[in-house]
Amino acid sequence: MMKKKLYIGVGALAGLLLLAPQVMAQSDVVTSLRGHTAPNEDSRVPMTRRWQRDRDPIERDYVQQPPLIPHSTKGYRINIKFNKCLTCHSWSNYKEAGATKISQTHFSDRDENVLANIAPRRYFCNQCHVPQMDAKPLVENTFEPVRSLKAHH
Amino acid sequence: MADKQHTPQRGGIWDMFKRSSSRYSMGGLLLTGIAAGVIFWGGFNTAMEATNKEGFCISCHEMRDYVYEEYKDTVHYSNRTGVRATCPDCHVPKEWTYKMMRKIQASNELWHKALGSINTAEKFEAKRLQLARNVWRTMKKTDSRECRNCHNFESMDYTEQGRRAVVQHEKGLAGDKTCIDCHKGVAHSLPAMYEEDPSAAIGQ
Repeated sequence: MMKKKLYIGVGALAGLLLLAPQVMAQSDVVTSLRGHTAPNEDSRVPMTRRWQRDRDPIERDYVQQPPLIPHSTKGYRINIKFNKCLTCHSWSNYKEAGATKISQTHFSDRDENVLANIAPRRYFCNQCHVPQMDAKPLVENTFEPVRSLKAHH
Repeated sequence: MADKQHTPQRGGIWDMFKRSSSRYSMGGLLLTGIAAGVIFWGGFNTAMEATNKEGFCISCHEMRDYVYEEYKDTVHYSNRTGVRATCPDCHVPKEWTYKMMRKIQASNELWHKALGSINTAEKFEAKRLQLARNVWRTMKKTDSRECRNCHNFESMDYTEQGRRAVVQHEKGLAGDKTCIDCHKGVAHSLPAMYEEDPSAAIGQ
């Protein structure tokens, strides 16, 4: 008697385990980070994107926008020993490099004390300034710059 | 006087060179000499070439663990065309005379290997600026000769370069600039640059 009950119980459990995924799949499709790729297939490699090549400075879209970087910064290092960006954009180097010099605001600490060199809080350029890729916007964007910032045509 | 010629044991090594051979034929001596020359010269060059391989460079942990690891992250190690410049391509001259001079200089590196001057990451980092300056000085002096084995101004197509690169390269070619003046740290991490350019680093 006991044995029979055990068999029924195990059978029911096995049936449940076998059926459960199908039932769940029918009710709502769960998408994992792999997308709809089956576990035994190779996941699709996301398309590699390229940094935009050298171009003219990019217009700003709003007041106080950190200017975008109009060139690739691949391989550029910024650490305590060295800042690759400043080899062209620092005040001592910008003329020879033909680059934009860093803003005067970057020399002040948070208490508005003007320092002799770039302020540590402004040292990590790519915290605000970013290079551009050939990626399309993920969502539609209807943002328009104010008229004063628009280029005259 | 006459029996001086019949006492072959006399005299030093210089006399041996001046004395004419009484036993071996001229041709035999010549051929032996040529064969020995080929073997010694070939052996010498083979041995020198063996020290001119990346595997030899990174057989010491000082090179393998620090500079080689950094280089693996750069364009000279991996790039879209699949051309790779290994250690000796940049650090050993191609011409024989300059190569020999560099090899003799390398004995100093062996000495410092024995001393353990840069056998830890900390010691290496402390000496990095000095070591980098040595390389920069040499490259400046030789007009970046090793760079130009592959990168030549005459072979450059400016129209294929970025607009900033064109301007800089034309200025460099017209002026007295050499590759290393701008392209520092292309294959290895840079040292603390505050002394070199205080405007491009946070210094103390």
